[in-house]
Amino acid sequence: MAAITSDMEIEVRRPRRSVVVGVLLLVWVAAYFVLRGVNTLVLGGQETTGFHDWLTEHRDDVGQGNAFFDAIRIAVDHFVVLLQDVISQPSFDRPVPVIGWLGVVAVSAYLAWAFGNWKVAVLTAAGLGFVGLQGLWQESMDTLALTIAAVLLSLLVAIPLGIWAGLSDRAYKVATLVLDLMQTLPTFVYLAPLTLFFAIGPAAATIATLIYAAPPAVRLTAHAIRSVPPESVEAARSLGSTRGQTLTKVLLPMSRSTVVVGINQTIMAALSMVTVAALIDAPGLGQTVLKALQTLDVGVAFNAGLAIVVLAIVLDRVTTAAGDRPWRTASIRRKVLLGAGAVGVLVAIWFSRTYVWAAEFPSSPNVGSRIAVVTSDVTTWVQDVFGGFTYGVRDAVTNGLLNPLEALLTGSPWWLVTAVVVALAAVLGGWRGALPAAVCLLLLVATGVWHDSMITLASTVLATVVVVAVGLVLGVWAGRNHRVDTWIRPVLDAGQTMPPFVYLVPFLALFGTSRFTAIAAAVVFAVPVTTKIVADGIKAVPVATVEAANSVGSSTWQVISKVQLPVARRAITLAVNQGLIYVLSMVVVGGLVGAGALGYGVAAGFAQSELYGKGLAAGLAIVLLGVLLDRVTQAAARRTGQFKGRGEKR
Amino acid sequence: MKKLRYAGVLTAVALALAGCGGEKVGAETPATTGGKECGTFNLTVSPWVGYEANAAVVAYVATKDLGCKVVKKNLKEEIAWQGFGTGEVDVNLENWGHEDLKKKYIEQEQVAVEAGSTGVKGVIGWYVPPWMAQTYPDITDWKNLNKYAALFKTSESSGKGQLLDGDPSYVTNDEALVKNLSLNYKVVQSGSETALIQAFRDAEKNKKPLLAYFYQPQWFFNEMNLVKINLPPYKAGCDAVPAKIACDYPPYDLDKIVSKKFADSGSPAYTLVKNFQWTNEDQNDVARMIAVDKLTPDQAAEKWVKDNESKVNAWLGK
Amino acid sequence: MTAQLEYPGVQDSDALLSIEGLWKVFGPKAQRVPRRPDLAALDRAALYHQTGCTAAVRDLSFDVAPGEVFVVMGLSGSGKSTLVRCLTRLIEPTAGSLIFEGEDLRAADEKRLRTLRRSKFSMVFQHFGLLPHRKVIDNVSYGLEIRGESKPDRRRRAQEVIDLVGLAGNEHLYPEQLSGGMQQRVGLARALANDPDVLLFDEPFSALDPLIRREMQTEVVRLHREVGKTMVFITHDLSEALKLGDRILLMRDGAAVQLGTGDELVGAPADDYVREFVRDVQRADVLTLRWICREPRPDEPLDGPELGPDVLVREATRLVLEADRPVKVVAGGQLLGVIGDEEILAVVADTN
Repeated sequence: MAAITSDMEIEVRRPRRSVVVGVLLLVWVAAYFVLRGVNTLVLGGQETTGFHDWLTEHRDDVGQGNAFFDAIRIAVDHFVVLLQDVISQPSFDRPVPVIGWLGVVAVSAYLAWAFGNWKVAVLTAAGLGFVGLQGLWQESMDTLALTIAAVLLSLLVAIPLGIWAGLSDRAYKVATLVLDLMQTLPTFVYLAPLTLFFAIGPAAATIATLIYAAPPAVRLTAHAIRSVPPESVEAARSLGSTRGQTLTKVLLPMSRSTVVVGINQTIMAALSMVTVAALIDAPGLGQTVLKALQTLDVGVAFNAGLAIVVLAIVLDRVTTAAGDRPWRTASIRRKVLLGAGAVGVLVAIWFSRTYVWAAEFPSSPNVGSRIAVVTSDVTTWVQDVFGGFTYGVRDAVTNGLLNPLEALLTGSPWWLVTAVVVALAAVLGGWRGALPAAVCLLLLVATGVWHDSMITLASTVLATVVVVAVGLVLGVWAGRNHRVDTWIRPVLDAGQTMPPFVYLVPFLALFGTSRFTAIAAAVVFAVPVTTKIVADGIKAVPVATVEAANSVGSSTWQVISKVQLPVARRAITLAVNQGLIYVLSMVVVGGLVGAGALGYGVAAGFAQSELYGKGLAAGLAIVLLGVLLDRVTQAAARRTGQFKGRGEKR
Repeated sequence: MKKLRYAGVLTAVALALAGCGGEKVGAETPATTGGKECGTFNLTVSPWVGYEANAAVVAYVATKDLGCKVVKKNLKEEIAWQGFGTGEVDVNLENWGHEDLKKKYIEQEQVAVEAGSTGVKGVIGWYVPPWMAQTYPDITDWKNLNKYAALFKTSESSGKGQLLDGDPSYVTNDEALVKNLSLNYKVVQSGSETALIQAFRDAEKNKKPLLAYFYQPQWFFNEMNLVKINLPPYKAGCDAVPAKIACDYPPYDLDKIVSKKFADSGSPAYTLVKNFQWTNEDQNDVARMIAVDKLTPDQAAEKWVKDNESKVNAWLGK
Repeated sequence: MTAQLEYPGVQDSDALLSIEGLWKVFGPKAQRVPRRPDLAALDRAALYHQTGCTAAVRDLSFDVAPGEVFVVMGLSGSGKSTLVRCLTRLIEPTAGSLIFEGEDLRAADEKRLRTLRRSKFSMVFQHFGLLPHRKVIDNVSYGLEIRGESKPDRRRRAQEVIDLVGLAGNEHLYPEQLSGGMQQRVGLARALANDPDVLLFDEPFSALDPLIRREMQTEVVRLHREVGKTMVFITHDLSEALKLGDRILLMRDGAAVQLGTGDELVGAPADDYVREFVRDVQRADVLTLRWICREPRPDEPLDGPELGPDVLVREATRLVLEADRPVKVVAGGQLLGVIGDEEILAVVADTN
């Protein structure tokens, strides 16, 4: 493969690509002024097309009353309720759960210690203690129960699929495509239909979370299996291993740490679904956030959001530590200590079942209300101080960048936009870019929400550009400086797991209801992941390469621009791709703060039954935009890359 | 030997801890209110505070006076309607119109029935913050809106005046209204109730112009007395063709919907739900306690019930 | 070692492993390349241009005798690693026959192949191919484990080979805790644990330091002496090939260039490529007297000391220089030629 692509690159160079792109854009702008307003396919807010109505009518055709789905629902419901009985809800005719807070803290810390190390055990105990002090023990445990259920079920599905995709090239290709779709399809689109299949309650919430959270585990498992050194596999085969033996004795054990990274990502994704799942009555912290939003109570919402962040950080650090644990088996001393610890845990559980103080988290030192008050005060202060300034920024960006871009996209005839975008894709990425672009754009026309799609596209492009720019700067900084990395990580984790709903209210106060607000929220949400990937990519550049560059007297900037960024090109392509997916996954949330267009369409489809079909079409349009941008950027990256992927040796 | 010593140490530790152990779980037996005949019912709670007020009071009375077990489910309206079909929802205490859903679930699928008015009147319309009504008294007449359109210009409204629309849950006729009344405005979707309220707060505080879609009853009216714009008055049938609407929104008689199963169960809770009726002021009182005074729904309900025994007795048929 | 040099060409009937017309072609519709003479005749670039295929192994035929150390040498990309994998069908050959102990390996089904790999062949890899999650002893006993031997049995056997390769005391360490040389000893032990008939080495020492490499080469020589296994050894290092190999197959672009003993390669290169290849060799260490002796001149006295034809030049230098008359090279009582100071000096001074 690598050889074939590289050969195609030795074509004769046509005029410089940037010139062609420039000319295309000029032609587009010129044509826009002539054809403005023709064939723009505008569709009003309450208007629908025949396709939308058809979708609405056929919504109920599947699901409900189907024995298969009922069986799944009952099993999942029971599983979640069982977990809740154990750690969060009064159960078995007792006024408290089976294990009280002391027992939960002890068990969690013990597991963290056994699978990770003592440091994360301390962190676990401290983290759980903190959410207890926030006055959110029961809500946190509900969230934890749901997360555990969703993650376990995700893994049950994802790991076998990941293994399959790891072993078969064809499965890998199909999986990548499907997973991209699963991750870009807005949750809101399938939230309501899911309740048709699985009724309202824990099952639907768990399965919604599963759909969103399983992809990373599939991806990383496949990736792990594929990156086991071929020599180890050959060694096993050369000794006469069967396929099964190779899988269980070589591939799986050697994939462990990467699979754990996948599990880690799945947990993070599951936690980020907590608030959204609350819309279909998922119990836990999400409810607290949504309730607080009804009265614009930023303090309470932030307090609950903070609990989610704390849970996320604890789970992240513990799984990371578990993944990093060396192969070595435990020393005798550790074994003895683990045994003693187990006894201690049993004692703690017994206490938590016997005494009220150990069963119900004490309510008296409540830091939650203080956090809420302080947050509200800070928010108000920020709004008062920066209010005028932020509106200025908003207007400048909106009028200077967003409006012209949007006007060009929405005001041009659909066929002109399609022609120009396909041409651009062809210039930048060859047929690999042009073909998907053409297909996606024509399907966008078919969804009937072309106009809204173009509005969303304008915002998405702008947001992604900002995300990539900020992510590159922060990522390079963190990748080159260990201390910066240490400090920036927790902030990034918080940015990634804090439910966006929490910072919508302050953002609304700072920027009003506008597309800019939505862009800002998307940037906050997407920058962390981009930064992390870039930083990891920069760190992975071999030390020798950087030293070589330094030894010939490169300046810092030269090292970054000529060595680190080009070598980390794969990571940066991935960062752009993930940044894009994250921005797109915020389109619906953006619709809640004034972005309108597709995001609003999806939200309205969720809320108004007669708009269901249109909402679904809008959701599909978001997916199509995602595929379009993804394919074009990937093709462009592949085309411009001077660094070929490692070619097969034989 | 070793084992024995281990056990000894453990017992000692356990005993030492037990010494300061304190109250045991289950020592205080929960007061079991009888009322077996009421049983359990599922109450959907829609995501606005006014609804929460209804739910709080009904759930409180049902639990305390009838000994029912009330399971509250936080659901969006559309999902709640689905719940009648799947048996997940028994009672909806505040329904805003939704003729299409009524047709589907009450007439076609026959899984739900109407249970009368809540007594609360719903009003949808266009509102401005109080300071605007004071500064520009004639703005409340829609005919003058074009005169002030320039005031409402924002970065989102492409040169026209901005009319800020609301939560995607609500049906709006605003695009048709703007067009049919020849207003120089553009409808901008705020996307959520949160965004609307924040916009009004900001507008009033910083004296910014704002024209937005809003509705009553809403707890926010306790904080700010928004002023409604008078659109051409509603006449029955003037909203028959959505694209040609040129009149105000109809007044909504908010009503209750229950599942067929629940209605047929003969539970005293059904009678309570059927009889439940109060006024906009009552609902606003309870809503304010929840939203502004930060009481829990139960505390708020308890307080209101104490002050309004006669109304409650009427619901219970005493 | 010297004993095997007596019969450089092995008779077919004696061969342990017999390879005939072996091809491995990568690329689309690879099957057609060996079948069509016009394609088979193309060189690498032309073949790729015309078909998109690359022939990693082209039309190789050779036999490996029991107990022999057979070295395959070539630069990287010459197809030698592919070749060794084709021998046990870790890579499926495109064409040709593989006969092992009279059995047609290419006809063997998956199960039979596994059985053979479990008992007859073992392989040592360039980057060791160890399992990082297993201790040394568990790595070594892996092959025994998968063929279902009981734990005590495989422990005992693993311990034996661990002692044999000089790893004693490291049984319970993990591979990452060992140096590269020690890791390769684990790889070696793992290969030996199955007690195979044939050991395959794929550039096993090229990832090691020169000092360690020499030590390991000596180790292989010692093992060969002690256990007497047949070995197929892949390397790109000529001195390694000369040191270990009874016979050497030199490959280029997948095809054989020359097959012979070390001194044949050095003494009688088949073409310029081989000549260039062996140019920097310390010829005195490789060439035997057989290659430099000449007809005695009529006036020369023939009563000098006698030496065999397989004595290395280096070993004979002193004797020849100290003798005041030419040294006779005698095999089986027959005079092959004589060697004087000039011949010795020409080799030792390496004026080629």
